Amino acid sequence: MQHTIKAVLLGVIVLAAAFATNFARDLSYQVSAIVIILWAGYLFIREIGKIGNAPTPAETGYMDGVVRAGVIATVFWGITGFTVGVWIAFQLAFPVLNLSELTHGYLNFGRLRPLHTSAVIFAFGGNALIATSFYVVQRTSAARLFGGNLAWFVFWGYQLFIVLAALSYVLGASQSREYAEPEWYIDLWLTIVWVAYLMVFAGTIYKRKEPHIYVANWFYLAFIITIAMLHIVNNMAVPVSIFGSKSVSLFSGVQDAMTQWWYGHNAVGFFLTAGFLGMMYYFVPKQANRPVFSYKLSIVHFWALIFLYIWAGPHHLHYTALPDWAQTLGMVMSIILWMPSWGGMINGLMTLSGAWDKLRTDAVLRIMVVSIAFYGMSTFEGPMMAIKAVNSLSHYTDWTIGHVHSGALGWNGMISFGALYFLVPRLWFRKGLYSMKLVNYHFWLATIGIVLYASAMWVSGIMEGLMWREVDAQGFLVNAFSDTVVAKYSLLVIRGVGGLFYLTGALIMAYNLRMTMIGAGDATSKEATTAVPAE
Amino acid sequence: MALLDKHGVIERNATLLMVLSLIVVSIGGLVQIVPLFFLENTIEDVEGMRPYTPLELAGRDIYIAEGCYVCHSQMIRPMRDEVERYGHYSLAAESQYDHPFQWGSKRTGPDLARVGGRYSDEWHVDHLTDPRSVVPESIMPEYGYLLHTPLNIDYPEDRLVADAIVGVPYTEAMIASAKEDLLAQLDPYSDGIDNLYAGYGEKVVARNFDGQDELTQMDALVAYLQVLGTMVDFSTFEPVANR
Repeated sequence: MQHTIKAVLLGVIVLAAAFATNFARDLSYQVSAIVIILWAGYLFIREIGKIGNAPTPAETGYMDGVVRAGVIATVFWGITGFTVGVWIAFQLAFPVLNLSELTHGYLNFGRLRPLHTSAVIFAFGGNALIATSFYVVQRTSAARLFGGNLAWFVFWGYQLFIVLAALSYVLGASQSREYAEPEWYIDLWLTIVWVAYLMVFAGTIYKRKEPHIYVANWFYLAFIITIAMLHIVNNMAVPVSIFGSKSVSLFSGVQDAMTQWWYGHNAVGFFLTAGFLGMMYYFVPKQANRPVFSYKLSIVHFWALIFLYIWAGPHHLHYTALPDWAQTLGMVMSIILWMPSWGGMINGLMTLSGAWDKLRTDAVLRIMVVSIAFYGMSTFEGPMMAIKAVNSLSHYTDWTIGHVHSGALGWNGMISFGALYFLVPRLWFRKGLYSMKLVNYHFWLATIGIVLYASAMWVSGIMEGLMWREVDAQGFLVNAFSDTVVAKYSLLVIRGVGGLFYLTGALIMAYNLRMTMIGAGDATSKEATTAVPAE
Repeated sequence: MALLDKHGVIERNATLLMVLSLIVVSIGGLVQIVPLFFLENTIEDVEGMRPYTPLELAGRDIYIAEGCYVCHSQMIRPMRDEVERYGHYSLAAESQYDHPFQWGSKRTGPDLARVGGRYSDEWHVDHLTDPRSVVPESIMPEYGYLLHTPLNIDYPEDRLVADAIVGVPYTEAMIASAKEDLLAQLDPYSDGIDNLYAGYGEKVVARNFDGQDELTQMDALVAYLQVLGTMVDFSTFEPVANR
């Protein structure tokens, strides 16, 4: 009976999407509808085949299939996102790479940049968060995931969201809200998936066998709830037609800018910080085999962090037409935010108390520790850049890009890599990783890549900021805008090379994880379990 | 600390944890966003602001689709160098009909808040087609294909209706004549030109923006670029100290 209901529902979706394909007013909408036909059609056929089957007995134990799928998706989207990033980095140095005439503009920087940011934040980061949260919540609650196949719906529903969003940017549908570019129908779909995600995660916590909710789960829970709130409010829009992708935002001008950066900064604060802190609070103590440094610190910094982050949005709008009171409030709160951020860093780093020697021998732990170090650096740099005087120089320049990447590549990327190296041997029942030597190569390539990237952007950002404001003795501007573009050329190339290093490291990781999955690691498990010194 | 010991209550109750988290994360946004809708000095009182014409609005949609906002800001800050380079600092009033706003966050290219009227239409067409032919140092992608992509004019009324729903003051007459107004703006000697001026004012620039007979996306985009920052009559603007 259940299969029949599902099949009918999927059949209706296929028909509705076919209808939408026919009446589509633009290419992006039409292609989305075709993707939905294919997706729902495939599931429809599968459900038809299951009608009449006896109900499968409920499985017990941890539900790890969906975590395994999430691990693979994380690696896949990570490499996709990094590749697009390297490509658009070189587009800025060598504009011929836009291939504008050849591709009719579909691969222009303006369309690929949202693809890069979404692929890295939401596809790579999002899959890492969903997969690790499903793994962690089961272990720390001693309970199987709530809702049966709902977890699989979350996984595949999220992949569909990613594919629809990526296609829409390239085909020219965008809300032009940074990190919230997907148009209204994709937003609606994500809302459904996200509510299902909250149900699976919170449901598992509700049926936990442990009396206490573990600290990692506080962070995951706050991340899921807050992202739901931010996503819904920031994407309030009126579609021009239900058969087209174009929509107009409910708010305009100042209010719209404030809402967008309230969202934008907290995509950083909750997606890329709170969620990833949840990851840190499970995987770092596990890998170091030490308890979390301070329970009290985790309480204080949790509540302080989630309270304060929300206020920091206006620092993206310093000296703009946003009223001064809001700018000042945003600046002050951003500076205070430094404290709870470092609370998390200290709690993570000090977890290694008494186990620092492991850094010499455990490359996975080294990756995790470096990620926390980058977290500390970028959460110091952020409040500094939120000071209006500093921001007057740094805003609109490459410095911002450097700041974002020391956080994204250093903190989010590295902690995810650490979690992946931790998870794959356990999820595929291997004795250890295929090669610790390759982990070590990955560590160095990624770290050097980030250093190249961030330092190139610091120099380039501060340079262009200074060049823009430079006036001569008579009070005339010294530099034309184009002078700053020329001056940045070599730094843009170095940035691209840094990205290439990082991408190469990730490819090595993908190979290492693949070999571990297929069991090649067991053949060399001796090497995997013996320590490799850090040279 | 006794207070921290009581935290165990929250740790044992998932509902309490979720409700408290939601309350804690709601406060900042409520304090920073809601007053912007009620404080009267948020948006300056200036003359000259009008809704975009249907052609400019179509150009704006192309600007968004191409992701121009990724590299170009439309927000001049009140610093000496920016005012020298780009013109009068941007007012909140100037983006009051912008759904969504296009202030941007990065200047890989220069600010465009007041680019309107600075360059000729021909310059814009040349620059968009081959940026390096007019600015050798430029790293901008090429947009020559806009010159041979026809502009879709099937539903301009619906576009205006959507903006009207969210508060842009398009009248029913303006919505009804959206298509005629769009076509009229390409030819100052057309029959519909008086209706366009009646709806949007005499300052509207009407001409063949891309220099071709066909109505292309280039026409719309250049029309949009040429109106940027030109609407406000700054003789009517007085800065407010308490803003």
